[in-house]
Amino acid sequence: MSLDRIRNFSIIAHIDHGKSTLADRILELTQTVSEREMRDQLLDSMELERERGITIKAQAVRVEWKGHQLNLIDTPGHVDFSYEVSRSLVACEGALLVVDAAQGVEAQTLANAYLAIENNLEIVPVLNKIDLPQARPNEIAAEVADLVGEDASNVLHISAKTGDGVADILDAAVERIPPPAGDADGPARALIFDSSYDQYRGVIAFVRVVDGSFSSREPVRAMASGTTFEAEELGFFSPERTASDHLAAGEVGYVVTGLKDVRRLRVGDTLTSVAEPATDPLPGYKDVKPMVFAGLFPTDSDDYPELRDSLERLQLNDAALSFEPETSTALGFGFRCGFLGLLHLEIIRERLEREFDLDLLVTAPNVAYQATTGSGEQVEVHKPTEMPSDILYVEEPYIRATIIVPKEYVGVMMELAQERRGSFDHMEYLSEDRVLLTYDLPLAEIVLDFYDQLKSRTRGYASFDYDLIGFREGGLVRVDVLLAGDPVDALSLIVHKDKAYGRGKALVEKLRQEIPRQMFDIPVQAAIGSRIIARETVKAKRKDVLSKCYGGDVTRKRKLLEKQKAGKKRMRQVGSVEVPQEAFLAVLNLNESGK
Amino acid sequence: MHVPFCRHRCGYCDFVTAVGRQSEHDEYVDALLRELDERQELLAGSLDTVFVGGGTPTYLESGALGRLLSSLPPAHEVTVEANPETVTPVLAELLGAQGVTRISLGAQTFESDLLAVLERQATPEVVRRAFTTLRGAGFTNVSLDLIYGIPGQRPEQLGADVAAVLELEPEHVSVYELEAKPGTRFTSAHGAELRRQIDRLEEYMELATAGLQAGGYRWYETANFCRTRHGDPRDLRSQHNLAYWLAADYVGLGVGAVSTVGSERWKNMASVTRYVSALRSGTAPARTTEHLSAAVRTWERAMLGLRLDEPLAEAEISSVLEPGGLDLMAARGLLERRDGSILLTRRGRLLGNAVTVELLRDLDDPADCDEPRTAQGTSKQVAGRR
Repeated sequence: MSLDRIRNFSIIAHIDHGKSTLADRILELTQTVSEREMRDQLLDSMELERERGITIKAQAVRVEWKGHQLNLIDTPGHVDFSYEVSRSLVACEGALLVVDAAQGVEAQTLANAYLAIENNLEIVPVLNKIDLPQARPNEIAAEVADLVGEDASNVLHISAKTGDGVADILDAAVERIPPPAGDADGPARALIFDSSYDQYRGVIAFVRVVDGSFSSREPVRAMASGTTFEAEELGFFSPERTASDHLAAGEVGYVVTGLKDVRRLRVGDTLTSVAEPATDPLPGYKDVKPMVFAGLFPTDSDDYPELRDSLERLQLNDAALSFEPETSTALGFGFRCGFLGLLHLEIIRERLEREFDLDLLVTAPNVAYQATTGSGEQVEVHKPTEMPSDILYVEEPYIRATIIVPKEYVGVMMELAQERRGSFDHMEYLSEDRVLLTYDLPLAEIVLDFYDQLKSRTRGYASFDYDLIGFREGGLVRVDVLLAGDPVDALSLIVHKDKAYGRGKALVEKLRQEIPRQMFDIPVQAAIGSRIIARETVKAKRKDVLSKCYGGDVTRKRKLLEKQKAGKKRMRQVGSVEVPQEAFLAVLNLNESGK
Repeated sequence: MHVPFCRHRCGYCDFVTAVGRQSEHDEYVDALLRELDERQELLAGSLDTVFVGGGTPTYLESGALGRLLSSLPPAHEVTVEANPETVTPVLAELLGAQGVTRISLGAQTFESDLLAVLERQATPEVVRRAFTTLRGAGFTNVSLDLIYGIPGQRPEQLGADVAAVLELEPEHVSVYELEAKPGTRFTSAHGAELRRQIDRLEEYMELATAGLQAGGYRWYETANFCRTRHGDPRDLRSQHNLAYWLAADYVGLGVGAVSTVGSERWKNMASVTRYVSALRSGTAPARTTEHLSAAVRTWERAMLGLRLDEPLAEAEISSVLEPGGLDLMAARGLLERRDGSILLTRRGRLLGNAVTVELLRDLDDPADCDEPRTAQGTSKQVAGRR
């Protein structure tokens, strides 16, 4: 199809503003799927995506509309996956900015809209859910128009639920979004904006062809990695994979590479033809660096190989997940895993538990730190125990948070940001009663329960998004937990010095409750270096004996003791202290909630 | 010898018992004596001890009880268990006349509210009167049982119980923790209070142990004490139960009774009706048997021996010791090693289970598992069971 008949666009929306429903309606209206095949959230293929009502992976689908080919790229709405969004946007010329007519613009909408504007995308503002009784279409339309610098009359009013106005969107996409630019006859170049892994067919690259065209069975080279392969199959999503002979300039589709090692093909790389190669690659993406780290340990140590295999398999579809083996005296063998954020961690954990049937212990998440030692050496620290002892200073990642709240919540917002070591940057009124605030905050504070706190303190009215803005020095200390004088590696924390005491105290209190009494007093301490900041004692038990034992009781008594011995074996040994796994779990949960 | 009959089954009781059924007392005694006869060849010509336990042996019809006692083989120590409300001067005289040397009296507590909670039939006055009656009939070796951890119990009540025992000066005292089995009527009735009592068990045990020791009693086994008195040279430990703790052989007769002879342990099934009808028709009662490997026997020897206040020879149990266990426990002040023997300290005895588990290695011999099967006809047996 000629370039001027192609339109490529994404849908940008806040969670629950109706993105997936709109995508469903578009598929129906264009008869891409028959009524019989239709089901809700069609593009969210993962079980988890449907269940949680969120989109995790980007999806591209091709639809026909009035003689035009529209490529619709569905993008994730959560901040953890904004890198997926930015990648998808590079493959588009336009974006539908979908805003809930009752809720108004949210922080993520804002962040993603700015991303789109930065990428020179034509924005088609859409007000969804106008059928809701609490919709305030005129007010919100003004807000949206203001945001994208358009006239309010250009904002489309639709209801994805009823289908009302959806056809107007497609018409607007054709009219307002420019066709892709590119040299249809030049050397072939396609940008890989995502990939997935198929057990039988290997890596499948999702591409946007910019120049020239690719043919099925053609030898192809990835310009940055140098990997070459034969394009076993080309095609587009409709919404299932549909093979075609060619993928031409302007089109969005997939390439089956047959590669079995996902690391050989990176998202952001440029594909070109081996026969007639392009000279320069397309501008790619920044590498995504995991910023949140946590240890994952199988509760049953026999599951370690299975955990490794499962992580490898997840990584095939999720290049942002990193992991390396980690050994903990308390928790045994496991992996230190890197994530984009807390939701990413949660999703990986849930997939491991659900799809791979693993029982996991997850240590308190921490961010990546940069420590500078006395000798001037820079060390990247992914877990508390890696923190060198002769630290000159430690830097931690900072983010710029964008928060939108109704004006009556500005006070509580500021209070929360303050508690979390935030520094105020900027405030403006989006409308008469909605305020946009920006704060610089340590990522570590976000990793804890910031988002939950934000939601609960503003009764759900606040929305929030963030960008990494670099590393800053932050007065951080490492808090170790000691049982009878022996450190419990899995429980070490890096926290701001002002919070060390509170966290340490909460930790030892919880541990004191969770560790069963043993034959001796067990001091439970929190320490910064050699300085003890909190202490509790698990008092020695004074009695552990069966009172009655006569001729008829001997077998039962023996079995009871054998059971007691077996129970002892299931405990984790920290120095001389036996700690049940549940105790670690309880303490790790405590860390997660940050209380 | 197990006599399962009781007038009332106390809520907390987990022994094999049968309420009432007085018409069956005679035939049960017949069956018991038949089983005794059948087991004769396992028994020595002169027995060390006989223990008639229950149930409530003294609840038997006096004719049946007399017949049972008069048919017992001679032994150095013959103990009969009695519930206080069954003890009358007539009964005491009968017991004495039939050669019973020792009475174990189930007092449990001297607090009337707690006796009611336990569903005991006796009041504190009845308990005291029973004791006096036995003394009056000439019994000079009487044991009293106490229970702690009773729903509603307060530490000072246990203190009062200990004082009451000391005042009566029995030769022997057993002190048990109330073991409420999950799922029983008693446990569901007292659940929350039982959980509250669990937190006090260690205090109770320390209190009872210290109190009795201060009153001149020797804490010779985890739950047992015997009187030591100047001018009384007798060894007042329960010789019968001592045999269990020293891992001697014993033969148990009656429903639910357990026997251990060499490497075999067997247990009679619990049904009175089936027990009686089997023996009446000349066959052995249904039994489950358990083979005890050498390792298991040594393990049990150690497990039981560690309950006593006498040194246990290391050599005797060395094959089942966990390497390093003795040193670790000694370092923690829980046991002492002297002249090739080990002895638990006071704290070690209070933590007996934990210490045993640290000291003894895993028993992973697959031959040790229970194989329930019914032995027919040929097995032999007598003596006690509690």
